[in-house]
Amino acid sequence: MSMFLETLIGGLLAGAMYSLVAIGFVLIYKASGVFNYAQGSILLFGALTFVTLTENGVPAYGAIAITIALLIATAIAVEKLLLRPLTNRSPMTLFMATLGLSYVVEGVAQGIMGSQVRALNLGIEDLPIFIGDILISQFDLMAAGVALALVIALSLLFNRTRIGIQLRGVADDTRAALSLGIDINRIWQIVWAVAGIVGLVAGLLWGARQGVQFSLSLVVLKALPVLIIGGFTSIPGAIVGGLIVGAGESLAETYIGPFLGGGITPWFAYALALVFLFIRPSGLFGERSIERV
Amino acid sequence: MKRLIVAALLAGTVFSHAASAFADNVSQYIPLPTYRVGAYASSGELWWAGERDYFRYINEVEGGVEGVKLDYEEFETEWSPDRTVEVYERVKAGKNGSPLAFFFTHGTPATYALLERAAADKIPLIDPAGGKTEAVDGTVFPYAFPLLFSYYSQASTGINYIASKVGGLDKLKGLKIATVYHDSAYGRASQPAVEVLAKKYGFENIQIPVADPGNEQSPQWRQIREQKPDWVFLRTWGVSTVVALKTAQRFGFPADHIVGDVWAGSESDVIPAGAAAIGYSALAPYPGGTEFGIHKKLKAEILDKGKSDLRDPKLFGAVNYNIGLVNAALAVEALRTGYKHFGARPLNGEEGRWAFEHLTINDRRLEEIGFKGLLQPIAITPTDHEGGGAARIQSWDGHKWVLQTDWIKADHELLNPLIKEGAAAYASEHSITPRTPQTETN
Amino acid sequence: MAELDLRATAEPADLVGLKAIGLAVVTALALAAPFFVSEYWINAIIVPFLILSLAGLGLNLLTGYAGQLSLGAGAFMMVGAYATFALQLRMPELPLPFALIVAGLIAGAVGLVFGLPSTRIKGFYLIVSTLAAQFFFEWLFLKFPWFYNGNSSATIALSRGLSFFGLDANGPHGRYYFTLGIVTLLTFLSFNLIRGQTGRNWMAIRDMDTAAAVIGVPVLRAKLQAFAVSSFILGIAGALWAFAYLGSASVQSFGLHRSYQVLFIIIIGGLGTIRGAYLGAAFVSLLPLALDWLFQYLFSGQVDAGLLQNIQKAIFGILIIWFLIREPEGLSRLLAIRRTASRRLFPS
Repeated sequence: MSMFLETLIGGLLAGAMYSLVAIGFVLIYKASGVFNYAQGSILLFGALTFVTLTENGVPAYGAIAITIALLIATAIAVEKLLLRPLTNRSPMTLFMATLGLSYVVEGVAQGIMGSQVRALNLGIEDLPIFIGDILISQFDLMAAGVALALVIALSLLFNRTRIGIQLRGVADDTRAALSLGIDINRIWQIVWAVAGIVGLVAGLLWGARQGVQFSLSLVVLKALPVLIIGGFTSIPGAIVGGLIVGAGESLAETYIGPFLGGGITPWFAYALALVFLFIRPSGLFGERSIERV
Repeated sequence: MKRLIVAALLAGTVFSHAASAFADNVSQYIPLPTYRVGAYASSGELWWAGERDYFRYINEVEGGVEGVKLDYEEFETEWSPDRTVEVYERVKAGKNGSPLAFFFTHGTPATYALLERAAADKIPLIDPAGGKTEAVDGTVFPYAFPLLFSYYSQASTGINYIASKVGGLDKLKGLKIATVYHDSAYGRASQPAVEVLAKKYGFENIQIPVADPGNEQSPQWRQIREQKPDWVFLRTWGVSTVVALKTAQRFGFPADHIVGDVWAGSESDVIPAGAAAIGYSALAPYPGGTEFGIHKKLKAEILDKGKSDLRDPKLFGAVNYNIGLVNAALAVEALRTGYKHFGARPLNGEEGRWAFEHLTINDRRLEEIGFKGLLQPIAITPTDHEGGGAARIQSWDGHKWVLQTDWIKADHELLNPLIKEGAAAYASEHSITPRTPQTETN
Repeated sequence: MAELDLRATAEPADLVGLKAIGLAVVTALALAAPFFVSEYWINAIIVPFLILSLAGLGLNLLTGYAGQLSLGAGAFMMVGAYATFALQLRMPELPLPFALIVAGLIAGAVGLVFGLPSTRIKGFYLIVSTLAAQFFFEWLFLKFPWFYNGNSSATIALSRGLSFFGLDANGPHGRYYFTLGIVTLLTFLSFNLIRGQTGRNWMAIRDMDTAAAVIGVPVLRAKLQAFAVSSFILGIAGALWAFAYLGSASVQSFGLHRSYQVLFIIIIGGLGTIRGAYLGAAFVSLLPLALDWLFQYLFSGQVDAGLLQNIQKAIFGILIIWFLIREPEGLSRLLAIRRTASRRLFPS
């Protein structure tokens, strides 16, 4: 029983790491209707910039500030050069454009900062905490805490600030928002910048876990099932989806895996997402805008 | 604008055989299929730096190999075997009058992809510490060279090292040894050897797969915490190694009881793992470090003169850089063997095969070229394309790799029948008649 | 967005003749190509170009004509390749061309199964189904030794190569004609399919599926048909990729990057057009080579090689974005505009 609980809790906490990544996607999708494949590369870019700066003697706070500034600049550039020219195009076109964007960001990031793997030390050693017989990862616990803090911060942003309300307006009904005089382009820039910062947080945590290297950008492939299950447009959905995917993967690998030879994690999350889609085509918390055939 | 692109497209492909820097034809063409982009670029760029630096040293300081200069050229493959095949096709006819004496594959999947093609084209595939283990049997695989240290030898040497730590091979009986492996052909490559060794020495063999890319391994290490093996043999690659080490720390498995294979034992594997990697040991047919003779020569002639391909001079002597040095040295010494036999002019594939199959580097020669301690003494023959099958063990102390042992040999007596069996199966499936090297005149 | 020919007037008679001559010239060139083109070009450029065109064609039927987004091209190609291997290995009496057809049917069936969710899910969410296929088959074909006959490298290869009915198509010429024949045949069949009721059903579903259902288009059946036919073609393309181009392949040849590549091909070439697949394949296979050559020529030796490669990657991304902005309907639309422009200049 304790093995089961440990697997479950461990999976849930791992899922919090997935949620962190998924939140960035939700922000962008909510405001601009784009599934931003480049979010993974932006994650890598943020973490790489931070690590390169700190390695060269810049103090941590300064490095964060500079990285955020660069991310804001990237957001503005993306809005001007990619989103605006591609307004009103199909979701597929936008998706392919973000795929192209991911190549650009990766190429620039690794071209300038090199492809060597970097260590990232956030000061939290990945040592176990024991509750009875159950082992819990200290690092994952902290990551879950960060995810929670982020959700709270974002909900404050959306509900209490003027920009946040404008953002929700744009997400709900773009044309109405336009008619109210809301500057859509400015909103998109802000959202992409916030998503970039969320990506930075996720990138730092993932980077501390596995080193800052190219494969960091592959976390986007884990975000998709999370988003499908939770809904593309809901941040609480991203959390719940992440928890479900994390716990599901962990339990499946431990209990179902041995019958299938192990190593089933790559496709299990997607199979899970597929099942969820059948039951709730717009995700658990997403908007019910999917028409039935 | 579009016309420019179309013109560039056509011109580019038509002129992709443009002339290289060396206009004279007394140079041996050595194409290098490299990867500087993608997930494995971090290891790759050091590897190519090692190769390029050594080749440059040979060209500029020693005037070439027996007077023949080396014309090396890079081609990006992003570690994709499909792209390596394309590069191979592009370069197999040679360049500027120099045919191809051999082809570095720089990756096990690429070797698998090119095996039949290279055999048909008669171009030796060189893949040290990798490749298809059965190709050690050169009678069935005349054109595949898994030099130095096959995957079976890796398993055997790993077990031998563990035995030395527990007091002898007889003490292995009753131990539990778990192998955490990357769930791919690469990761599974040493399983047959471990099975045979487990039977011989009586230890329990637990195999735990990690799906690619392996950035979440809690289920696997939780299983280890439950089963409590005495030692763990790590057969991972890339990010899965880092995560393995960190997850091991989380689940309380001591790093000094983890032995990693060749491709899980470089700086990119241990630096990101931080404190979790201290005490971790790895098999090293190419140890890390700068204390070897060749490094002193290279430092003086190449590094300090700014001629190194390294982007960051601090990485001089890193494991992957030394891999490049050793690869290049093997090629150079093989070419030298060939030139002495055929004459000092560019060799073709068949001659390259002869050259590699008669490559012997003894201790004295190792001393001369500055590779003592870095490269093991090797003797490649037509029947043994591995040539050595030994490795040293190095441990990570948090800052650098520290060598723990001298060359530990694998149990070739035990492994050879396994290899021959595999080779024979391949031969019958592909209707290959094994050669009889004694009857060959060349 | 569709390439429906809505011209009210027939083409001028002499232009029809011109088209026929053009077709004849292209055919002659295609048939004679191996005799005046180098082996490298055939082995490494033309054959993969043809196969990628076929893959693009297959995906275009599903995504371009029927409007069902799919990121599983790699998976269906994989199924076709592994099925061909299994058939040739375990039923060697079945000649290769028939094995290819059966493998294609198997791939089609698999496509049908993974297309079932499309009956309930629409739009962007559908990629989850094909992505599930992608990751599932990458796992399946590596996990169970039965699929690759237990060899240590987990690769598949035809032990007899491309030989059937006594012919040996293993040399560059053989592989070229074999591939050319199959690609031409399947293109012709697709062309007819598109021009027929099936094609019209697909385009109706893509453009306005609720309305399509109202006027009596069998939406469910047509969607599943699209998945099946598309996967059939992709399966054969996969078998060709593995055995007519590479020689031996493993799951790595058909990974997610392959799915992206085929999707790029049809988006850049032109969704919903037959020739779009060819144009896109030419672009996608030639561009990296051309960029590489250009950069080596201009910068080799002066700039760090890693930087060079990463810049190339960034440029590839920029070109994709640029293309999507400038011409969403791809190269085929660009060419169509050129053609009408020149026709206006030379009216006769």
